[in-house]
Amino acid sequence: MDLESPSAVANALASVDYLPDERIAQVVFLANRLSKPILVEGPAGVGKTELAKALSRVTGRALIRLQCYEGLDESKALYEWNYKKQLLRIQADVDHDWDDIEQDIFSEDFLLTRPLLEAIRAEEPVILLVDEVDRVEVETEALLLEILSDFQVSIPELGTITASTQPMVVLTSNNTRELSEALKRRCLFLHIDYPDPVREQEILNARVPGLSDHLAEQIARVARSIRNLDLKKSPSVSETIDWARTLLALSIDDIDETVLGDTLHVLLKYQADIEKATKELVSAAGG
Amino acid sequence: MIGVLTGFVDELRAAGVPVSMVEAIDSMKAVEAIDLADRVELRETLRSTLIKSLRYERAFDIAFDVYFSTTIDLADPAEPDPGRDDDRPEPSVGDDGLDLDALLERLLSALEGRDEAALRELARTAVDQLAGMEPGRPVGGTYYLYRTLRRLDLPELRDQLLEALIGGESLSEFDRRLIEEEVDARLGELREEIQAEIRRRLVADRGREAVARTLRRPLVEDVDLMHASASDLADMEAAIGPLTRKLAARLARRRKKRAGRLDFKKTVRRSLATGGVPADPQFRHPRPHRPEVWLMCDISGSMATFSRFTLQFTHAMATHFSKLRSFAFVDTVDEVTDYFGAGVDFASALQRVTTEAEVVWMDGHSDYGNSLETFRNRFERQLSPRTTLIITGDARNNYRPSRARILGEIARSARAVVWLNPEPIAYWDTGDSAMGEYTPYCTSVHEVRTLRQLETFVERLTLPSGGLVKRST
Repeated sequence: MDLESPSAVANALASVDYLPDERIAQVVFLANRLSKPILVEGPAGVGKTELAKALSRVTGRALIRLQCYEGLDESKALYEWNYKKQLLRIQADVDHDWDDIEQDIFSEDFLLTRPLLEAIRAEEPVILLVDEVDRVEVETEALLLEILSDFQVSIPELGTITASTQPMVVLTSNNTRELSEALKRRCLFLHIDYPDPVREQEILNARVPGLSDHLAEQIARVARSIRNLDLKKSPSVSETIDWARTLLALSIDDIDETVLGDTLHVLLKYQADIEKATKELVSAAGG
Repeated sequence: MIGVLTGFVDELRAAGVPVSMVEAIDSMKAVEAIDLADRVELRETLRSTLIKSLRYERAFDIAFDVYFSTTIDLADPAEPDPGRDDDRPEPSVGDDGLDLDALLERLLSALEGRDEAALRELARTAVDQLAGMEPGRPVGGTYYLYRTLRRLDLPELRDQLLEALIGGESLSEFDRRLIEEEVDARLGELREEIQAEIRRRLVADRGREAVARTLRRPLVEDVDLMHASASDLADMEAAIGPLTRKLAARLARRRKKRAGRLDFKKTVRRSLATGGVPADPQFRHPRPHRPEVWLMCDISGSMATFSRFTLQFTHAMATHFSKLRSFAFVDTVDEVTDYFGAGVDFASALQRVTTEAEVVWMDGHSDYGNSLETFRNRFERQLSPRTTLIITGDARNNYRPSRARILGEIARSARAVVWLNPEPIAYWDTGDSAMGEYTPYCTSVHEVRTLRQLETFVERLTLPSGGLVKRST
């Protein structure tokens, strides 16, 4: 699909029910134009991962996902030699010259590709999603650097594998720690925050069919109001969508204190937060 | 364009944003790919290529406004008639015949209909007519901002807007609150527009570099805690959560890496698998170092903010200490550990401490001498050689006896006594500051004026040596 201008990007994303603001559209456009990775940062549940998925739907490219976690290493992220198969191969013909065998067992037949290598070797261009990159250790981050800047992977036994088609790379971070300068330097930075009520209302309308405008507006405003409170965990966009669905299922078309008090647990997941919001919004209003 | 961009990058660096050479080049490449006439496109392009952390957004926005504002002709109606002074009311009829009431009316309808273009246009008119900007006059943008806002009478505008949006219906408190928040958000937009407009005019008047210099504000970690404005405090409040989380993550990582002493038995046992060759040495898990920390904070007026941030920061790190107790004092001292737990709002907790705990004995002016004496009498016996006592305060004792020797007695019972002073070192021992009398009895004293220094200090506190063994000035 055509990503030739920021507004074209915005339209394309909107056509797959992802409503970008001008910032998101601009960065996606630039990433596509300059072939640079996007580093997306923001609170949980504002649609960071969803952006990569939407891009995959828009471009029709396959999505390859690398979920990061503490302890992720080369053999899980890049590649691994299939040593069982290698052993079998060695045992299969003992008569052969060792040099031949050695040549043979370090060939691509014995290589197990992991997400990063897979993205590089794909015939068709793909979307590579490196999710929650802030969870890996600083040392592991270095694995990504070669891929992000040059789109290539070096395997000592095989040499350097360069991407035949350039993958579009999206990294997400929940900002639990500062990422290394080297990584950040290679990426375009995109901070996604909670949407303003107008955009949230549009998102709700796109995601929850059958929602009345009045209710969507109310939901968006209540969400802002709750996010303004000082809570452990503010409601995310996905939670407001859940809330909208809940209200729809209960066939409620106007939110008042009682409704809010009864359904607050859909939006907030900590008891302390629920109590605080109840005190601020529900009881204060009732009294 | 390259010239402007280089200047812009220089300005960002001057404001404390780290911009590398590669990033600057990237931004220039990116700019080639976009429609330069579109200001939003340019802004987001530069933002995504030049700044890589949310912390720098504010600095970026200000610098961008200054460097890439639409240039305006100075011969605008903003031209003042000479000799007009501030107290004389400005004429309420502008050059284009628009009077204040009509302006307000149009503002109201623009706000009501969320018409952004009209809002921008009206903000321009408002600044034109109400700010009374004078070229070359050396006052800051804030002065003009308040002048404009005062003339617009925002509270009145807010009431009218509320009325317009509610439309005479009787609403429940809850609905009303939602609408009020909407109104405040829209007025916030108006304020932003006016501020941007004023900046634009200042730039046209004085040039980019000069305006950028006056608008440059330190990053939130570098704001002086003693002289923070209300908005700075709010920013700090927001920043302290992420800072402590990051510090905790850093400490957790460091802890894991440290290997303990060789576990001989386990190594021998393992060596049986390799035919008695100790190929795989085993190590004991290191016992994590968890110091016991007591905080003793001056919570008298001037010190309250600083003490609150110290308490908040240290309590966020509570899991890294074997025990954490807090004491507060003004002219006498009381234990306040129970007021601060997980998830409490520190500002209101401190408020409660001030009213409920026994921190005032006589007149409510700082008395370090009496506080130390009370502390010794009530708590010294509970100090152990593992306890690090941290005292926060400016040591301004209102010329009362310092009784510094008591601090010496306390120090003998504790592992270390550390003093954090939020005043610049140059001010210590001036006026009623008794810092010099206390210093000899402290293991170390530190000047802690910013969140960054506080973070560094708390991190050192969790180190095995605590960085506290050596006596420094």
